[in-house]
Amino acid sequence: MSEVLERPRPAAAEATVLAEHIVEVISDSGEGAQRCGQSLAAIAARMGNGIWTTEIIPAEIQPPARSVAGASGIRIRIGAERISNGGDQTDLVVAFNEQVLLGRVQARELKPGAIILLESMWRTHRDPAVVSSYVKTVEALRQDGFVVHEAPLEERCRELVSDPRRGKNMFVLGLLCRLYGFDDQLAREQIERIFGKKDAKVIRQNVALYEAGAAWAESHLPMRYRIPARQITEPQIVVNGNTAIALGIIAAGMDICAMYPITPATSASHYLSEVFEKVGGLVHQAEDEIAACAFAVGASYAGKCAVTITSGPGFSLKQEALGLAVMAEIPLVVVNVQRGGPSTGQPTKVEQGDLLTAVYGSHGDAPKVVMAPCGIEDCFYSMITARKIAETFGMVVVVLSDASLSTAQQPFPRPQFSEEWLAPPVDQTPVPLGARPYDWDPVTGLSRRFQPGQPGGMHTLTGLAHDRNSKVAYDPAINEEGLHMRSLKLAALQKTLQPPAVYGDPDGDLLLVGWGSTMGAIEEAVTRLRAQGHAVSSMQLRFLQPLPSGIREILKRFRRVMTIEGNWSDKPEDALIDEDNRRYSALAMMLRARYLVDVDCWSETRGQPIKPGSVVAAAKAALGRLDGRMEAKS
Amino acid sequence: MTRSLHQCVIKLHEEHHALEDYQGGVPRWCSGCGDNAILAAMQRLCSEEGLAPENTVFVSGIGCSSRLPHYMKTYGFHGIHGRAFPVAEGIKMARPDLNVFVSTGDGDCCSIGAAHWIHALRYNMNITVVLHDNHVYGLTKKQASPTSPKGLKSNTTPYGAALEPMNPLTVSLGVRGASFIAQGVDWVPEVLYDIVRAAFKHRGFSFVRILQRCPEFMPKAFDPWLHDPQRTLLLTHRDGLQLSAGLSSSYRNQREHDPSNIDRAREIASMEDPIPVGILYRNPDAPCYEDLRHAGQLRSPAAIAAGLAREFDKVTVWPGGAQRPERKVA
Repeated sequence: MSEVLERPRPAAAEATVLAEHIVEVISDSGEGAQRCGQSLAAIAARMGNGIWTTEIIPAEIQPPARSVAGASGIRIRIGAERISNGGDQTDLVVAFNEQVLLGRVQARELKPGAIILLESMWRTHRDPAVVSSYVKTVEALRQDGFVVHEAPLEERCRELVSDPRRGKNMFVLGLLCRLYGFDDQLAREQIERIFGKKDAKVIRQNVALYEAGAAWAESHLPMRYRIPARQITEPQIVVNGNTAIALGIIAAGMDICAMYPITPATSASHYLSEVFEKVGGLVHQAEDEIAACAFAVGASYAGKCAVTITSGPGFSLKQEALGLAVMAEIPLVVVNVQRGGPSTGQPTKVEQGDLLTAVYGSHGDAPKVVMAPCGIEDCFYSMITARKIAETFGMVVVVLSDASLSTAQQPFPRPQFSEEWLAPPVDQTPVPLGARPYDWDPVTGLSRRFQPGQPGGMHTLTGLAHDRNSKVAYDPAINEEGLHMRSLKLAALQKTLQPPAVYGDPDGDLLLVGWGSTMGAIEEAVTRLRAQGHAVSSMQLRFLQPLPSGIREILKRFRRVMTIEGNWSDKPEDALIDEDNRRYSALAMMLRARYLVDVDCWSETRGQPIKPGSVVAAAKAALGRLDGRMEAKS
Repeated sequence: MTRSLHQCVIKLHEEHHALEDYQGGVPRWCSGCGDNAILAAMQRLCSEEGLAPENTVFVSGIGCSSRLPHYMKTYGFHGIHGRAFPVAEGIKMARPDLNVFVSTGDGDCCSIGAAHWIHALRYNMNITVVLHDNHVYGLTKKQASPTSPKGLKSNTTPYGAALEPMNPLTVSLGVRGASFIAQGVDWVPEVLYDIVRAAFKHRGFSFVRILQRCPEFMPKAFDPWLHDPQRTLLLTHRDGLQLSAGLSSSYRNQREHDPSNIDRAREIASMEDPIPVGILYRNPDAPCYEDLRHAGQLRSPAAIAAGLAREFDKVTVWPGGAQRPERKVA
């Protein structure tokens, strides 16, 4: 043990006041870094700070220990004001070994000069190779300008528990709470909350670990931070996107969710499985993705609008059953928590690659509604809206969340329950004489749905082209009428949608257009750009199909329009790429096709949430092109 | 035939439905198709059991078999290939009050829908299934199916089917949780009716495989059995089929089989010649998935509101931060 570590530091100086700080806790898988970070975030939120958490998840359950690729952990961005995204680079990181830390350094996730708190036990490890790796890494990091503090995490934990590897996350929580001046009582409550199901001994032990961490920080670390908190005036709830979706499903009055396990969607079903039955609902884990979708279709048909939750590969498998729901006009809500694709792709990583599949998927003309929640609060309310649209219009509503929203936490005002959120009871009244199962309104394409149990409504629903009586269409005109009516419903819905809001001035040089989870990063980038005098605004789309009216006018008010998306687009600088073959990002393609506006795109598929700094750089490059000069990349 | 008086009086709270009440469109199956016999059995079943047409749903996939709902005047769901089981399960889970039937074929059930079939047996939901097994794809015009005999010359197997056929009975009886497995043949309609009736009466997933003639593509497939009643083995039991005197005299090859005996059921299921007809296995005590999952619970807005409030409480940050009063976490 180095002498430096053992010498108690003088009492901490005055705390540095910060507008925000980004903290990471990085470990091998299974060492509890995420729980530590989530707890820190929850405590910060209860202090009144803005927070956003981003989980760092390796692809395997147990990747090899001490490996660069095995980094598992969490980033917590804490601010004085509301925080809308994970931010750019980390200010302070706690790492349980130097290898997982290197993974983050190599990915340039750390701010230059960032503070590193590194588990010091590797310095005295029995394997000389480990010691040498550790020593060299610490040296190199210091040379690169990082401020490395070595911390005897396990050594101190061993004084309190038999398995320090599993206890040190709470030690680190204590350490961090002390650095940021968080309230110890709130922290103790948080520990009680997370270990609430276990016995009092476990809680006592973890509180002791927490206190030991705080005490060690008190006497060994010189820095103190204070991030002023805003007094919150109304109750907030702190959940991640997947939990918000599950809560939204309950609030929407749905009672059947059929699913098949798939990352990163499954945690929504985990949570729902725990609570749904208490309010009369149930989660059915089907034998496969197709069955999950067909089960939901069956339940919806029988009168209860159901939901199926999945991710990319599962969404591909469901396409035929979705087409059936479209054809038979059965309401259905489908949540696709997008991940990297195609094929198995990057199961734990974010991508916005499924927009075109959602809009155009399933063979033939299969009009569906596509929504994309732009934040955690949106995840909750989207489900209520989705259920309502599905039932009002007899349509499939696809909700495109993604891996970043799935685990990100951000507080939002505690929803005030309204009975209007709920579905009406299943209609069992007799069907009026002469009414037909598809009495399409010629203007809106809408028809009243007949549900089993309704006397006089007996008919055979079919996935075959059918007429107003649900009889198989043998006449070409009937097939066309069905397509016509199902398409009209999208227009009918479109007429009810409000034009999207523009963030920033209503006109200017550059409009950035995003959809879904990128809203926070894009708006933060716009704020920074505007502070630097650039005439940049942004628009985030929640409805992708149909696109609300008013977009054309907004696009025309800017000299240049560029989408920011987390999916693939060809790079114009590639030798073979020109305007005749460039593949644009999904939303750019849709906007170009609909509005005949020369919409450019910037996209990234690195499996990580898009950072505000990257958006700033992309916007500046676009502004540079606009001014006819190439600006150096910032 | 005489009937006792009470059989002639309809209970006042029930509505009487004549056979015609269940007859939908005119079937578009080929003349001589065994599916007609299955349809007749289902219509008679609905009528004799007095099933309210509005509370009855026939679900199907794709294929000749799956046209059946169109010919019933109940609710029908003619969905997509292979997925009738999960659709039916969703319906039953949402509405356990409905009578749910599945009409499927050897391609729909045993090939593209095989995974769902296995799991449907395992879920054991209260659904009555008729598998129209004619050993061939009909609607797509003569391709080999999983139950086609080895050597069958079809459009996809012009030199003869390479594989031995799958036996849907042994497959079904291999699934833990299976609770009712029976076999009927379209050419003995009286027994077929008794079997589907027993299937409907069984509370659980009742799986009835029906050997069914396809005059168009497999015209002679069952001829040896049609011509020789000795090659049909009728399974009888006081808990199973009881044969009329007339039938007993023409089908003399009979065996007493207790449907609760699964080992014997598996033995019988493996027989290919004679063809066993009757109830192979029945376990009235197998739990139904919809019961285990408490399907059909009544939900009130107040209960949902209270449930949500409980969940929100666990994750709420109250104004006043540290000063807020202690709340007990559920």
